[in-house]
Amino acid sequence: MSLNDTNSNKFEYEGAYIGQYGGQFVPQILVPALEQLEEAFETAITDDSFLSELNQLLDNYAGRPTPLTECKTFGKTDNCRVFLKREDLLHGGAHKTNQVLAQALLAKRMGKNRIIAETGAGQHGVATALACALLGLKATVYMGKKDCDRQAPNVFRMRLMGAEVISVDNGSASLKDAINEALRDWASSYDDTHYLLGTAAGPHPFPKMVKRFQQVIGEEAKKQILEQTGQLPDAVIACVGGGSNAIGIFADFIKEEQVKLIGVEPAGHGLDSDAHGATLLRGSEGIIHGSRTHILQTGEGQIRESHSVSAGLDYPAVGPEHVHLMTSGRAEYVGITDEEALQAFQDLSHAEGIIPALESSHALAYAKKLSQEADKPTVLLVNLSGRGDKDLSHVMGILDEQSNNGAEV
Amino acid sequence: MEVSMRYQKMFDKVSANNHLAYIPFVIVGDPDEALSLQLIDKLVENGADGLELGLAFSDPVADGPVIQEATLRPLANQFSIQAGLELIGKVRKKHPDLPIGLLTYANLVFAQGIETFFNKCRDVGIDSILVADCPVKESQLFSDKAEACGIQLVFIAPPDASDETLEQIAQNSKGYTYVLSRKGITGTEVAASKASTGFLKKLRQYQSPPLIQGFGISEPKHVFDAANAGVDGIITGSAIVNLINQHYNNPQIMLEQVGDYVRSIAQAAHTDHANTA
Repeated sequence: MSLNDTNSNKFEYEGAYIGQYGGQFVPQILVPALEQLEEAFETAITDDSFLSELNQLLDNYAGRPTPLTECKTFGKTDNCRVFLKREDLLHGGAHKTNQVLAQALLAKRMGKNRIIAETGAGQHGVATALACALLGLKATVYMGKKDCDRQAPNVFRMRLMGAEVISVDNGSASLKDAINEALRDWASSYDDTHYLLGTAAGPHPFPKMVKRFQQVIGEEAKKQILEQTGQLPDAVIACVGGGSNAIGIFADFIKEEQVKLIGVEPAGHGLDSDAHGATLLRGSEGIIHGSRTHILQTGEGQIRESHSVSAGLDYPAVGPEHVHLMTSGRAEYVGITDEEALQAFQDLSHAEGIIPALESSHALAYAKKLSQEADKPTVLLVNLSGRGDKDLSHVMGILDEQSNNGAEV
Repeated sequence: MEVSMRYQKMFDKVSANNHLAYIPFVIVGDPDEALSLQLIDKLVENGADGLELGLAFSDPVADGPVIQEATLRPLANQFSIQAGLELIGKVRKKHPDLPIGLLTYANLVFAQGIETFFNKCRDVGIDSILVADCPVKESQLFSDKAEACGIQLVFIAPPDASDETLEQIAQNSKGYTYVLSRKGITGTEVAASKASTGFLKKLRQYQSPPLIQGFGISEPKHVFDAANAGVDGIITGSAIVNLINQHYNNPQIMLEQVGDYVRSIAQAAHTDHANTA
């Protein structure tokens, strides 16, 4: 059963807004650049030559469609089956590549030969670097100094593929500051430069556009799970930082109201601690990076720093559509702590021979909880949004420290 | 609520002498509360016709490195927005006729409740507010409430805006319109160029309030260029804040240097520009 038209319209963008969230809260100087992008985007997605060029790249370069894998033991109970959408197998190692290829093609259509991007963990930066290498565009990636230090291999990957990486040492020297710096660059460079934003957040049209270019994840997964199980999943589960992998896998299920949509936020040291990135669960409404959305902030509106063991979820805001999905009741958002995510990281590796990204490990941890509670036949679809190779040295360090502490006790 | 007449009176006065209005900018509470008050006094003593005061925000996307650096000091000192507004209240008491504009970011307005924030601003004597990350197309979120609270909302007119956008800016901006002659963010790294006369003419055709130019103005020469292009006033921010960044550990030198600088720009602004325009 599908929602009727009136209700389903609730989940469409009206201009720059979805519900009351979104908008274009940027300095006036950037408005023409956003309007140009919006027009290019809306034209491109109805243009067969653009779509066929994009699909050709997605299939033959990036490796779409990605498989849907049923777990042999992870989360498997008498009642529960867990299916993984394998974005970890996409070229670049995460779902980021889908929309980066699309935006890079758009940049070329707009006649822009330089790309700027922000990156946190480095996955979006790596995806941007590879797309620019492939399409002959010049890439400049802004990355917080803290992130450059803790994600050194990704910095090298980007440079290897010809991108210039600029270490951002102002503010909190992390993802939000990298976004600030990219916006500042764009304010004077938009004539020949496209800002390739990495998630379904930021000013319109980015949230809508990134969703459109990530919805392939959910479209494929829906077809695959119908083929493999003959039914729609009972729940679709994805981690939420900015929210692009989640909106990508949710998109095609939003109208299927019997399918639960569950976004998993980084609860860090705990939702009631002051070190987490649970913007939807513990943040409040505000305006940041161009969008009216939910933010971790002080009572006076200063943006607070977020925390997560996974750099890719370490962002104090979130894409506006997730706020709308939450406040309208269509999706549910839950928190998973650093510790639970680390456990799921190890569990999936042991059980299935798949090392997940720490980001995706949040979604896996929640899927496992649900599977243990399932009291009737349940099919869970989890977006395995990226692979964990990038996290190996980080996790190794944490586990070493834990075992040393354990030995002392 | 009626808006104040302070901008209008100021523009009447300077234009009667063929002068430009000079509005210097500093961040409130920088480098600390006491010095911030002394700095603002220096601006006024040395010829400011009005003030543009910035609230320190954690994520100032419209600002270049100089103003970002200054923003960090009040934030590090836990100097609150409330304290900033109270400081402006003290400035208002000392200077009852001076137009005072606030420069802020949308989230600082939104967080406390838009009306609450505007009412607080009015109560401390702020005349206008420029929300750096609110373009005119998003103005409906703030404009009715600003009007109800007697606050004049100022918008920025970029040099490459379409006619349609310029018309919206001209009609929505109150008190003055903040015009740019170049793209980018605040800072003196890229100097202001002379604004195009056609662009300024269009804004006036669309019945803009007086035009004040900012971004990249740091020398008397830029002031003469601005007068020549036909604006009504100028703002210097980064050039002053740069002096504060350099000398805040030596307050005496900082105050002297800022005073000298402001006087030099004020002299250029307060020249009879009748023959340069």
